[in-house]
Amino acid sequence: MSSTTIDEFRQQILQRQPLRIRGGGSKDFYGSVPSSMQESNLLDTRMHSGIVSYDPSELVVTVKAGTTLQALELVLATRRQFLPFEPPRFGDDLSAATIGGAVAAGLSGPRRATVGALRDFVLGLRLMDGVGRELKFGGEVMKNVAGYDVSRLMAGSMGCLGLILDVSLKVLPMPMHEATIGLALDQQPALELMNQWGGEPLPISATCWADGLLMIRLSGAEPAVRTAQQRLGGDLVEADQAAQFWASLRDGQHAFFAQTSPHATLWRLSVPSVTPPLEVGGSSLIEWGGAQRWFHSEASAEEVQTLAHRCGATATAFRYAPDRTQVFSPFAPGVLKLHQSLKHAFDPHGIFGRGRLYPEI
Amino acid sequence: MMSIQTPAEGADTFPLPSRESDRGRGGENQTNSPVGADDTLLCVTTDIDTALAHSAEQDQNFASIHHATLFSRLKKILPQGALLQVKEDLAPYECDGLSAYRRIPLAVALPEDEAQVVAVMKACYEAGVPVVARGAGTGLSGGAMPHEQGLVLSLAKLKRIVRIDKYSRTAVVQPGVRNLAISEAAAPFGLYYAPDPSSQIACSIGGNVAENSGGVHCLKYGLTVHNVLRVRVVLADGDVVTLGSEALDSAGLDLLALFIGSEGLLGIATEVTVKLTPKPQFAQCILASFDDVRRAGDAVAAVIAAGIIPAGLEMMDQPATRAVEPFVKAGYDINAAAILLCESDGTKEEVGDEIARMKAVLEGCGATEIRVSQSEAERILFWAGRKAAFPAAGRVSPDYYCMDGTIPKRRLADMLIAITELEKKYGLRCMNVFHAGDGNLHPLILYDANVPGELERTEAFGAEILKLSVDFGGTITGEHGVGFEKINAMCEQFASDELRIFHGIKAAWDARGLLNPGKAVPSLHRCAEFGRMHVHGGQTAFPEIERL
Repeated sequence: MSSTTIDEFRQQILQRQPLRIRGGGSKDFYGSVPSSMQESNLLDTRMHSGIVSYDPSELVVTVKAGTTLQALELVLATRRQFLPFEPPRFGDDLSAATIGGAVAAGLSGPRRATVGALRDFVLGLRLMDGVGRELKFGGEVMKNVAGYDVSRLMAGSMGCLGLILDVSLKVLPMPMHEATIGLALDQQPALELMNQWGGEPLPISATCWADGLLMIRLSGAEPAVRTAQQRLGGDLVEADQAAQFWASLRDGQHAFFAQTSPHATLWRLSVPSVTPPLEVGGSSLIEWGGAQRWFHSEASAEEVQTLAHRCGATATAFRYAPDRTQVFSPFAPGVLKLHQSLKHAFDPHGIFGRGRLYPEI
Repeated sequence: MMSIQTPAEGADTFPLPSRESDRGRGGENQTNSPVGADDTLLCVTTDIDTALAHSAEQDQNFASIHHATLFSRLKKILPQGALLQVKEDLAPYECDGLSAYRRIPLAVALPEDEAQVVAVMKACYEAGVPVVARGAGTGLSGGAMPHEQGLVLSLAKLKRIVRIDKYSRTAVVQPGVRNLAISEAAAPFGLYYAPDPSSQIACSIGGNVAENSGGVHCLKYGLTVHNVLRVRVVLADGDVVTLGSEALDSAGLDLLALFIGSEGLLGIATEVTVKLTPKPQFAQCILASFDDVRRAGDAVAAVIAAGIIPAGLEMMDQPATRAVEPFVKAGYDINAAAILLCESDGTKEEVGDEIARMKAVLEGCGATEIRVSQSEAERILFWAGRKAAFPAAGRVSPDYYCMDGTIPKRRLADMLIAITELEKKYGLRCMNVFHAGDGNLHPLILYDANVPGELERTEAFGAEILKLSVDFGGTITGEHGVGFEKINAMCEQFASDELRIFHGIKAAWDARGLLNPGKAVPSLHRCAEFGRMHVHGGQTAFPEIERL
C-alpha cells in the first residue's frame, strides 16, 4: 500500500541531490552538522509507517521506518513485550521519535550494559541505497549468518549509507517483576560496586549514579528480584517514582541533561566500565555499570577527545555543542578508509546524510 | 556456567566422523597438483573450479601466478618449519569439518605472532596470491577449505590468553585460543564465555568470530556478535585496524558487527576481546514427550509466548531419539514423535519459578510425559542424548550430511512434515535435531557415499531443505556459515542487487579479492549459471546476464 511512498522516496533519491533522512526530528540536535548540510533536502520517512508483521511467539516485530516508537511500544505492550534496548525518545512529548531514526542513531537506553545495544536486536532490514535499489538483508529469525551483516551495520550509521524502509527487531517479554533500590555512595565506591556486582549472577537491568546516589534496577522473576534486593541492601524506591526515574534517563529528560550554560557541551563518554572517576571539573552522571559517563563542560572538543582517548573511550559532543562540525571521536586512518569505501558501495553519489557522521563521508 | 555446563552437542560431535565421504568435489584434481618443497614450485594452470569466484560479475582466476619469489620471502618471514609445502604436510589442511569438500593448497603458513601474520599478508598481497585463514578447522561449511592457488594461513599458533580481567569481565585472547579454554580460564572468577558451539572443546575463537558462531544457549545469551567487544584485524594489504573497543560503544560505523561472521573474506583476526558472563548458580532441565510433531512445535511457540526465554530449548524427532537412546540411555521416550529439552538457569528461586511455568505450558500443549531433572547428574544425562545426536548419526549410517537452516518457530512442524516427504522422494532417511528456541534446524541426512548416486541425492535433498527454509521466511544458514557448501543456495536467498552490495563491501576491505575467494558470496555469473532463476519482488533476478 505504501508503494507510492516508496516510489516517492526513489524519485527523491534519483535526483542525486544531497538528502537528509528524517523521521520525527527528535534527534535533530544529535550528530555533526557540516556547513554543507543546510543545502540538503529533507526526506521525511513518516509517511511510511505501520507494523508489517508481529508474531509474539517469534519474538520478532517488523515495522516500517516511519512508525513512532510510541506506537510500536504500545502494540508490543499489549502482548507484554518490549524493546529491551530502550531507545531514547527525546522531545517534549516523546511522541515524535521513529523506529527508523532510532536504528539510524543507534542509541540505547539504561538496559544497554545488561541486555545489549540496539544493534544487538536488529535482525534484518529493507533499505534503499543511493541509486534507488531496494535491498533486503538479514531476516526475521534470531540466527542468520548468510551474507555480511548489513542490518547491524545500518544501526548507528546516521542515515549516511541508505534509507531504512522496514526493520525487523528481536523483542523480549517484559520482566515479570521489577524493583529499584537506592544507595547513598560517592562516585568511586559506586563504580567499584557496579563493576563487582556486574560480575555476579544478579538480575540487574540498569544502574545509574549521580549526585551521591547509586540507583539499581532489578528485573526478573519475583523471587530472584527479592533475593537480590536483600543481597544488595539500600532503600527500595517506590515503583512509580522508579519508573519515572528510568524513563527520564532513557529519554534524556533527567534534570542532569538540561543545558548548564551557553558555552557548555553535554558530553557522553563510552568508557571501559572500570575507568576511575573522570577528572572533568564538574559533576558526572554514570550509567551502564560505569561504561557510560555524562558531564557538561566548557572545555574544547580537543581536550575532551584527548581525555577520552587516554582512557580507551570515545566521546560524543552529545548536545549543546557550540560547534557541531565534528561531534564524534576521530578514528585511525585505516578505519577512515574503510568508512569511505563502504559509503561508496552503498551511496556512490554521496547523497545521504553528508557529514552527519563524519565530515569525510 | 562451567560447573553446571549444559554441554549441548559437545566434543564428541566433532570432528565429523572420518567415515564421511572422501569423494569430495575437489578431490579428483588433487593428485595432479605439483606440490613439492622446492622454491621453484610453479602453479600449474589446471582448470579452476567455477566455484572459485571472486568479483561481482565473474569468477576470478589466480592461475599463472609465479610463486617462487613469494615462497622465498615467506621462508624469511616465518620460523623454521612454519611453512609447509610437502604434500604429506598439506594433507591435514585439505578440508575443514565438512570433509566432503577437499583441496590441497599451495602451502600452509603457521605464523607465531601478529607481526608474522602482517608480513605474510603483505607478501601474499604483493604476489597476488589468495589467502585462506584457518583456525581449528572445525567449521561445517567448507569455509576453511583451501584454495588450490592459495596459501592457508593457520592461526593455530596464536593461542595465548593475553589476559582475563575479573573486574571488567573481559578476556583478551589470540585467535587460536579454543572457545572452551576461555571459559576454563575464567571459571575461577565465576565467569564464562557464553557462546557454546557444539565444537567448543576444539573450535577457536578466531573461527567463532569468522562464522558468528552460536550454540545451544544463544536465544538467551546471544551469538558471537553479542559477546565480542573488540577485534584486531590484519587487512588483506597487511594494514592493522582495531574494530570495537573495551568500552561498549565505538565511534563511526559498526565495522565490528560487519566483520563478525564475514567468513574470512574481510580480514584476519589476530586478537579478540570477549565479554565474560557471570556463571548462573543453578540449572534444571525439563524432558517433555509429544505424540505428534505439530504439538511439539506448537509447544515451543507456547513457551516463548508465555514470556519465558529458556536457557536452552531443543527438539529431537523420533528417528533422532531412536538413534541415540540405545547407547546413551538418556531415558528418552522412543515412542514419542518428538521430545523437547527445556532448560532454565539462574538463581535457585528463578529456576524453580521458571521450571514451574514451563511445565504448566508444556502440559497445556499436550505433552504425554514430562520429567524435570532432579539432580545435576540427571540434567547432564538429559543433555547427553542431544549431545550424542551427531555421533549417533554416524553410528546408524556410514555417512551423514548436516544441514543448518533457520525458520520461524511457527513453521517447525511444517518443516518436519516436509522433510518426511523429502525422505520418500529421495529414498533417504533424515533425523532431526533442532535448536527449536531460535528456529535453527540441524537435519542430518543419512547416506552411504559408497552407493553410487547417494551423495548427489543427499545434496539435492539438502538443497531442497535450504530452499524451504528461505520459502518459510528463514535463512539457509543459522550458524554454520555459507562457506563453500552453500554458495549456490545464496542465489536463492539474495537477489543480484544485494549480492552487488556484498561485493561492494568485499571490495572496500579487500579490493584485490585475495581473502578466501570463492566462499560465502557467489559471483553474479555463478548465480546465473546455477540457474535457479531466483524470483525476487516479482522479478526474475539477473536478467542482465545472458544464460547458457
